[in-house]
Amino acid sequence: MRYLPLTDTDRQAMLSVIGAASIDDLFVDVPAEARLSAKIAGLPDHASELAVERHMSKLARQNLSAGEAPFFLGAGAYNHHVPASVDHLIQRGEFLTAYTPYQPEIAQGTLQVLFEFQTQVARLLGCDVANASMYDGSTACWEAIGMARRITKRSKAILSSGLHPHYVSVANTMAKFTGDQLVHDAPTLSADTDIEALIAGIDKDTSCVVVQYPDILGRIADLTPLAEAAHAAGALLVAVVTEPVALGALVPPGEMGADIVVGEGQSIGVGLQFGGPYLGLFACKQKYVRQMPGRLCGETVDAAGKRGFVLTLSTREQHIRREKATSNICTNSGLCALAFSIHMTLLGEKGLRELAALNHGLAVQAADRLAQVPGVTLLNDSFFNEFTLVLTKDAREVVRSLADKGVLAGVSLGRLFPQHTSVGNGLVVAVTETVTAEDIETLAQALEEELA
Amino acid sequence: MTMLKEGRPTAPVAVADAHMAPATVTGNRALMLEEALIFEIGSTDTTGVDFAPAPKVASRLAGLERRAIGLPGLSEQETVRHYTRLSRQNYAIDLGLFPLGSCTMKHNPRLNEKVARMPGFADLHPLAPQSTVQGALAVIHELAEWLVTLTGMHSVAMSPKAGAHGELCGLLAIRAALEARGDARSVVLVPESAHGTNPATAAFCGYKVEDIPATPEGRVDLAALTARLGPDVAAVMITNPNTCGLFERDLKTISDAVHAAGAFVYCDGANFNAIVGRVRPGDLGVDAMHINLHKTFSTPHGGGGPGSGPVVLSEALAPYAPLPFVEKQGDTFVLIEEESAQDHHAGTFGRMVAFHGQMGMFTRALAYIMSHGADGLRQVAEDAVLNANYILRSLDDVLDAPFGGSGPCMHEALFSDKGLAEGFTTLDIAKGLIDEGFHPMTMYFPLVVHGAMLVEPTETESKAALDQFIMALRSLAQRAKAGDEALKGAPYHAPRRRLDETLAARKPVLTWEAPMLAQAAE
Repeated sequence: MRYLPLTDTDRQAMLSVIGAASIDDLFVDVPAEARLSAKIAGLPDHASELAVERHMSKLARQNLSAGEAPFFLGAGAYNHHVPASVDHLIQRGEFLTAYTPYQPEIAQGTLQVLFEFQTQVARLLGCDVANASMYDGSTACWEAIGMARRITKRSKAILSSGLHPHYVSVANTMAKFTGDQLVHDAPTLSADTDIEALIAGIDKDTSCVVVQYPDILGRIADLTPLAEAAHAAGALLVAVVTEPVALGALVPPGEMGADIVVGEGQSIGVGLQFGGPYLGLFACKQKYVRQMPGRLCGETVDAAGKRGFVLTLSTREQHIRREKATSNICTNSGLCALAFSIHMTLLGEKGLRELAALNHGLAVQAADRLAQVPGVTLLNDSFFNEFTLVLTKDAREVVRSLADKGVLAGVSLGRLFPQHTSVGNGLVVAVTETVTAEDIETLAQALEEELA
Repeated sequence: MTMLKEGRPTAPVAVADAHMAPATVTGNRALMLEEALIFEIGSTDTTGVDFAPAPKVASRLAGLERRAIGLPGLSEQETVRHYTRLSRQNYAIDLGLFPLGSCTMKHNPRLNEKVARMPGFADLHPLAPQSTVQGALAVIHELAEWLVTLTGMHSVAMSPKAGAHGELCGLLAIRAALEARGDARSVVLVPESAHGTNPATAAFCGYKVEDIPATPEGRVDLAALTARLGPDVAAVMITNPNTCGLFERDLKTISDAVHAAGAFVYCDGANFNAIVGRVRPGDLGVDAMHINLHKTFSTPHGGGGPGSGPVVLSEALAPYAPLPFVEKQGDTFVLIEEESAQDHHAGTFGRMVAFHGQMGMFTRALAYIMSHGADGLRQVAEDAVLNANYILRSLDDVLDAPFGGSGPCMHEALFSDKGLAEGFTTLDIAKGLIDEGFHPMTMYFPLVVHGAMLVEPTETESKAALDQFIMALRSLAQRAKAGDEALKGAPYHAPRRRLDETLAARKPVLTWEAPMLAQAAE
């Protein structure tokens, strides 16, 4: 068995050092009735590398991947080109096969990357500080709501109707058990965001308002008035960014007064991966840092006076504080943070701005072309690389039908909001740098046929 | 011009003091290269990527165009060099034995990396129409069947993102099951030796956490536990094998008592590697257990994640499993989401994450599991336990093994700092191991042992590697017992000497600032 180095001779020699007659002697503490005397039935034996690869290839071929079709899916996960060097570097064994940097003297590589990552994320989101990552955007969003509760000692959170419905679902799941009260309305097919309604809903019991930017329908609104209204009532503004590339073009939430900014970092360096692993971004104002969940890397010096980095402020964390920790998170998304950081370093501000401009330019072209299709109306006045089309029929059926023709048209609002039939004709279309002019034309013609 | 015939010296020259290595002007030491931060070497107008020109369009950004961001870039060559240099300051399982107890740092086969990167898996959108992702759903389903069979449980929730997230899943299922029968309970019992995530998770779910003591031989105190059971206890969280490296012999008895009291048994499966293929937790009365795919099933730890924590569930808890999940209906795989769940999974406690969990870990874990098969996985547990006992018995004459007398250990060997010279600690031994070329063991955990050293070699270490590690640890134990002061300065040969964690926490510097700004702020 290719991954197991011990030989039978080794095993015998080691058993005799231990003073055991057989391997079974080492399992004596397992009660006899639970001890399996032979391998578990109904499962195949070990397989060669070739056989495993063949099996997995066969399953992989049963899927239609993003590169094989005109591709317009977004809604919280975006198809961006990842430079080859990113994937090469994250596969260096020293990164890939290292553990959480508990021994900083031999983990400076990981730690310096985390320090750089935290700085990149803080600057991108417009905040003072960022942590070393969470599982994904949806869990980061829930953690932000919990953090706002701890800071304000209030437990009513107002969620924007433009927040990703899966993020709302995650928050609802957790709130059932933590006693948080969540206020949330269904979205409507309108060009305007719900900022005004959110402001009107803030009261003295409100811990935070949670708003997505750009929102699930792709709309963009200035968050400044919302931040001011929240602060005036002693509440916090939590902003959620599911497409970080947008912040290469848009004013970041932190600069508009958001207290906590969380996001899904998948767009930069990580790839689609059918939903995971992804990368939760988490940033906030300096004054709230001790209420943050997750790991933090900080600068210090070693015994010889050289600059170095360590995990710090761990008295917030479960391994020290146990039931009083700010979160139960332990393993995070370290390797995805590395991929994000490398990709962001390759881009730099110049490249990120170019990438954002390219996304926006192509999206504008696509929106204008698709709006010409009979039966299609463009909902948005404002958008970055994603917008909502209102069709003359249920968008779920259109998406399925176009998929059968090899076109991945977008994400239907029926899939996202199955309980709200009023938005069922909405189709969210994302346009990244991977989309070509031909792809846009193919989608336009396919929609035209479908809606005729 | 004449050709010189002298040639270059081909043998080293004796130097008066061979130990005196002069400082270098760069700070580099040959292959050990110092590397500045990207903020110090990059610039905002440098980039390592080329894009097609953006179409010229009128902006639709609601007038919210961004000003300066402050993100430095590097060229591709500089980027590759920056991260390659940094990588060389890391220890890794690829370099040598990484015996972190409870962390299961085993070899990460590269086939798994190759499989996860197949475009048919890596380039799939989580919301793609189900007809276009049948192979991906099949992967989730196949892996789920393996996990259910290997654990002897009823079903499995695949979406939790890591071990602690799996604990949350299990406790939420337990809470949902209790609420479904109108039974409000407020307490979760957790042994003193538990991972910190256990009490943190229970508290996160709104439960009051109470400690259960350990017996002198390192196991859960059965009498104390059963005495505490009552109508307010929702669940007991038990790690098996436990963090002292011992099998909880009484688990079945405990489960029966817990069930009789109307509560549930949560098992922390972090240490499943010790028993996979030899024991099925389902046979021990467990109701929920997370499986760290990044431990037992070898998906890489990546310097802190990502993990993946599927949770196997008993029949009693299965109806409350989170969304989404995959079902096979005839020849078709169906992803059950909010809408489709309404028909036949009304009890679900809801969604834990935006999409379907760690697909990139599922492909890797399935490749690992298939590579081993039923026979190989059993061998995994046997070799993991054999390696740990070999270390325990090769060192228990020089290091105190607090539970060494109570029989064999499972996958990890536990030592304490008892018997070290005055002023010498577990930390000194750990840092000494760094100089010897090893990653230290888990230190100061579990909390029930003074100066704990928890050594988990895993099954993927050869006898030669173990023998070298034993030799190194033996030598360090002897030095710490003899009071060798030099040990307190270790490590001497790592990229950094001991780091000042107190300073880092007292004056936290969590992001880089330009030196001028940093000074102005003080």
